[in-house]
Amino acid sequence: MRRILLESLVNAPLTENAPSPDDAALAELAADVANTAMRRLGRSLAIRQVDAGSCNGCELEIHALNNPFYDLERFGLHFVASPRHADVLLVTGPITKNMREALIRTWDATPGPKWAIAAGDCAVSGGLFATSYACTPAHETIPISLHIPGCPPTPTALLRGLLALLAQAL
Amino acid sequence: MDILAPLLAEGCAAAAHAPWPRAEIGTEIWQRVTLHLAAGELDLLGLWGEADRMHMAVSAPESREIAVFTLACPDGRFPSVGLSHPPAIRLERTIQDLFGLIPDGAEDARHWLDHGAWGVGTPLGTPGPAPEHAYAFLPVTGENLHEIPVGPVHAGIIEPGHFRFTADGETIIRLEQRLGYVHKGTEGLMIGAPLDHAARLAGRVSGDATVAYASGFARAAEAALGIAPPPRAVHLRAVMAELERIANHIGDFGAICNDASFALMLAHCSVLRERVLRAAHLAFGHRLMMDRVVPGGLTQDITAEGLAAIASLIPAFRARLDQLAGLYDSMASLQERTVTTGFVKHDYVRRFATGGHVGRASGRNFDSRKWPGYAPYDATPFDVPLRTDGDVNARVWIRIEEIRQSLGILGHLLATLPPGPCRTTLPAPTTPVEGMALTESFRGDVLIWLRIAPDLTIERCHARDPSWFQWPLLETCVYGNIIADFPLCNKSFNCSYSGTDL
Ligand code: SF4
Repeated sequence: MRRILLESLVNAPLTENAPSPDDAALAELAADVANTAMRRLGRSLAIRQVDAGSCNGCELEIHALNNPFYDLERFGLHFVASPRHADVLLVTGPITKNMREALIRTWDATPGPKWAIAAGDCAVSGGLFATSYACTPAHETIPISLHIPGCPPTPTALLRGLLALLAQAL
Repeated sequence: MDILAPLLAEGCAAAAHAPWPRAEIGTEIWQRVTLHLAAGELDLLGLWGEADRMHMAVSAPESREIAVFTLACPDGRFPSVGLSHPPAIRLERTIQDLFGLIPDGAEDARHWLDHGAWGVGTPLGTPGPAPEHAYAFLPVTGENLHEIPVGPVHAGIIEPGHFRFTADGETIIRLEQRLGYVHKGTEGLMIGAPLDHAARLAGRVSGDATVAYASGFARAAEAALGIAPPPRAVHLRAVMAELERIANHIGDFGAICNDASFALMLAHCSVLRERVLRAAHLAFGHRLMMDRVVPGGLTQDITAEGLAAIASLIPAFRARLDQLAGLYDSMASLQERTVTTGFVKHDYVRRFATGGHVGRASGRNFDSRKWPGYAPYDATPFDVPLRTDGDVNARVWIRIEEIRQSLGILGHLLATLPPGPCRTTLPAPTTPVEGMALTESFRGDVLIWLRIAPDLTIERCHARDPSWFQWPLLETCVYGNIIADFPLCNKSFNCSYSGTDL
């Protein structure tokens, strides 16, 4: 244990430089979050992830945001366990009808000001599941402020999207 | 002594079913197969429906036979298998929800995947009205008991499902799971889909096992069409499958330790996991290697840089893993949480034919790479780690040992990579053809069964995740444990929600 801890002191950190915020995402957000309410939050956002029918691929990459390479928390972004503590819902999956009510309730339980991000092709457009009897479009369920495409979006793509949201907050 | 051969002989053999036989049978033989299952002489591999018939895949581990039995259900009913063989219960409830076929005699008539929200009932059979939304949990009575409902939205970044705990103080008396929240209608979308589109859907049944699913789909399709993919593709599929196994096992190892508040391990394991995904991206152009495996081979060859990255990753990964395993082994406070926690009974893994680390930590020596076996594993030396202590600690060690085996397999595969193309063209069959495959994901054996029409579209495809036979055992292994240890038990299983909700 001591050796592993010592190594961490001696070796250079793994954390990489931040990607620039996604231009397209910035443009999308400009209309949506350029309000003063966001200023009150300061340079910090609490994110509640909601899996609304994902294949679990998106979750794997969202998890990766917490690893030392991406180190999400250095940006003041962190995941919280309850929607009551959240500013942002990060929604994945094609919004299965079986999760629709839970998603709406989670959104309702999130205090304003609040934003919802659709992460991954499934949440963005239904992906391969768009025509299924068991799924329903995200934007018809809760208001979506930002779309991050990809199947799944890479951690870098997720980070770009989140930074774009944060940039609007300052 | 053969069990399945005489039963098959009494039925009517299907013309085009590979590589194992399928027979159309009557209710009498259906019930005899069920009795063999109940007696523990057969393992249930899968149970699925079509609009007017039922299929049951079984294996006889001692005589090494595998077969599929098909029962026509003209009146929409079939004799319940779950009545005498509990592993079939959730599968039958699923079939009832999707196809409207009724398991005669079944004790649990509650819906499973259908939560009354689809706006339609039995969508893959004769569509009817949606059922009521109400769901009755099993009653629990006794003094001092209280209920703790958890989910579907959980506290962490994980899939949704509902757990209903009954506890006496801190001790869990019962757990009842309610799943189905991520039902996407995948099998419905596959019906009529062109082969390549269906392959993409198969790769999204459970995203963490996308390579295993896509490989299983491809192998079932290739068996049906009677073709073999090029040897280089076969090798590279296994390279991807082992990278996927390593990435998942190391990620779960860190996450289990994190659930015991040992965050350092999660940090180190997540670095290792990231290194595997980066090598995968370099080698195959996608971090999770989605949509790379297709019927007939691969969409692309491995890159030279990727090959080098994987080769240099192996020794570094092994050295780091040895360090971390040593650290786990030396932490008494960590083991205090994992040893004897969440014990899975040997009898249960046998009855449920539970695959993967859950089965192998409780003494069930089954790995579909060994038996029934498939290329290139038949020519690749490796061991299947086995333990009998059946607790969280045992499942942790099985995963560590499996990573070590996978690193060895990777080394062997890279050293023996055959040259040549990575894809072959698919012949169009003149009549519908059927195929089946068992493929070892990091979680256990994935079964894919399919029927392909002459225009190379899917008539029916069924995917059975290993979690079907693991979820029920998670319910049993938490009895007498404290609530605070549930996350450890749960993570040590890491069942797929999407894989079983479909
Ligand atoms: S976008 Fe892709 S990875 Fe994400 S849930 Fe959908 S299918 Fe899975």
